[in-house]
Amino acid sequence: MGHTVIEKIFMNHSSDEVKPGHVIWLDIDTRSARDFGGPNVVKRLESVYGEDVQLADPSRTFFTFDCVVPANNIPYANNQQLCRVFARNKGIKVYDVDSGIGSHVAVEKGLCWPGSIYVGTDSHLNILGAVGCFGQGMGDADIAFAFKTGRTWFEVPETIKVEFMGEAYQYPVTAKDLTLWTLRHLGSRGALGCAIEFTGDMIDSLSMHERITLSSMVTEMGGIIGFIQPSEEILAHFRKVTGNENVSMPLADHDAEYKRVEQIDISDLKPQIACPPKPDNVMDVKEAVGGQVDAVFIGSCTNGRVEDFHAAARIFSRYPVHEGVMVKAVPATKGVFGQLLADGTISTLYNAGVIISNPGCGGCASGQIGMTGKGEVQISTSNRNFRGKQGDGDTYLASPVVAAVCAVTGRITDPVAFLEEEERR
Amino acid sequence: MKFSGKIWVLTTPEGRLVDDIDTDMIFHNRYLAETDIGKMGQYALDNLEGWEDFANRTRPGDILIAGKNFGAGSSRQQAVDCFRSLKISLLIAESFGAIYKRNAINSAFPILEAPGIGGAGFQTGDVVDVDSETGAIRSERNVLFQGLSFSKVQVDILSADGLFQYAREMEK
Repeated sequence: MGHTVIEKIFMNHSSDEVKPGHVIWLDIDTRSARDFGGPNVVKRLESVYGEDVQLADPSRTFFTFDCVVPANNIPYANNQQLCRVFARNKGIKVYDVDSGIGSHVAVEKGLCWPGSIYVGTDSHLNILGAVGCFGQGMGDADIAFAFKTGRTWFEVPETIKVEFMGEAYQYPVTAKDLTLWTLRHLGSRGALGCAIEFTGDMIDSLSMHERITLSSMVTEMGGIIGFIQPSEEILAHFRKVTGNENVSMPLADHDAEYKRVEQIDISDLKPQIACPPKPDNVMDVKEAVGGQVDAVFIGSCTNGRVEDFHAAARIFSRYPVHEGVMVKAVPATKGVFGQLLADGTISTLYNAGVIISNPGCGGCASGQIGMTGKGEVQISTSNRNFRGKQGDGDTYLASPVVAAVCAVTGRITDPVAFLEEEERR
Repeated sequence: MKFSGKIWVLTTPEGRLVDDIDTDMIFHNRYLAETDIGKMGQYALDNLEGWEDFANRTRPGDILIAGKNFGAGSSRQQAVDCFRSLKISLLIAESFGAIYKRNAINSAFPILEAPGIGGAGFQTGDVVDVDSETGAIRSERNVLFQGLSFSKVQVDILSADGLFQYAREMEK
């Protein structure tokens, strides 16, 4: 019997028998902790092993501060400093408060690579499935153990194969619409406890940022991780940043056993929107139009790449932000911010009336770039719209294009209809 | 390992096994500031309808049986520790939430999965014998059900009495 992608990655990192349902020990390539969870990891290590605790491999251990960056309250400032001092003493590299979202830093800097295993305290680390890496968020006890031993245990999940049928989408439809459409099909428990392999002709044509968007919402589908087979372009990136010419993700065998195969037709895909208060409460934007919009957020680990801001800038270069709408933009990383500065996108956003913040998890975590008040309606490019996550208001999830169109009209607006009407003028 | 004890079957008033018992029903977030494990037991299940006084009725060594997805929700360790505090000897469920399962195993608290046990006919007050190597669950009234045996990792961590103690043994 053949093996799925996750089984093959596990086989390369374990001496135990890899079979769905079996609990096995894994050797981890990389482990990290954020400013959220990180201090607990440090305190736990020091309480169990004392201050002179020896770590399995400091060179493969990292801190990535992205939650409250820079710290806007004293407890977080203390926690970050506690991690910095620990890191200094142990020879661990810190990607500090200027760096951006840890999972994206991992992709850019090559802390992870196709076929590798990466664990940390961010529950969206499974986003790394986008580049063929097994990424997983865990609690502080698990991550402290990983820091100490370089190992973790995991129950081998079954895999669901998702095959996308039909032609690739065209602007103004984007990867976020594909993602929400998939969530609409699978529902919030559709992949419960399972890995996903995303396949289909159109998948191969997706670039890095589109893959990141799709894999970033597997958590919202109840899944463990969603793998996409890396393209040559992605392999070339990782070969360059890791210096390892042999980087590759193992492929599923032709006779691999899947829990089930889901076929999702994406021909005629329309812009999608997830209405509050659940990410799987998805409909075509044209069914949701009309309501007033008070705030817009563009960024997050789901839609914080250069191309996401370019998509929004296509709208903002022609139309200013509507009077009274607060539009907030947060690039995923320092690298993304730098590119947007160099190519003029930041000026375009600024001139249209957008608030621009330093990189990080600002839009979702701890209200670094503002939260919504009761009754306030926000269109967000992030991945969760649960009540209270981004404030007391109502959050809708949508693509950067939908978000930008809503920002300039001040209403929930279908970009297809908006652009057609503008053409006619 | 062998377990023997009186069981509590977490059912609705109609006698159906309760599914999706989340961490707020097990250990409500208003008690999260509690860090003394000795004091956590009193709050166990006090937010689960019909089971508010569980902590007063249970005795050390008792065994719990629950439905599907037990421990769904947050990652709070207290939802495991409150049962350790009450000296519950074993927690059996049709299935567990993924994080809850990790937390229980990592803290060396015995949990056993028994998909389908809801229809087996066990009743609160029965005394059962459980063999974690085979997964067999048998009551004194001779109700028999086959659950899943403990995984090797679970046994390793249990015998070491916790994840970090296990790490020490790995280094030896």
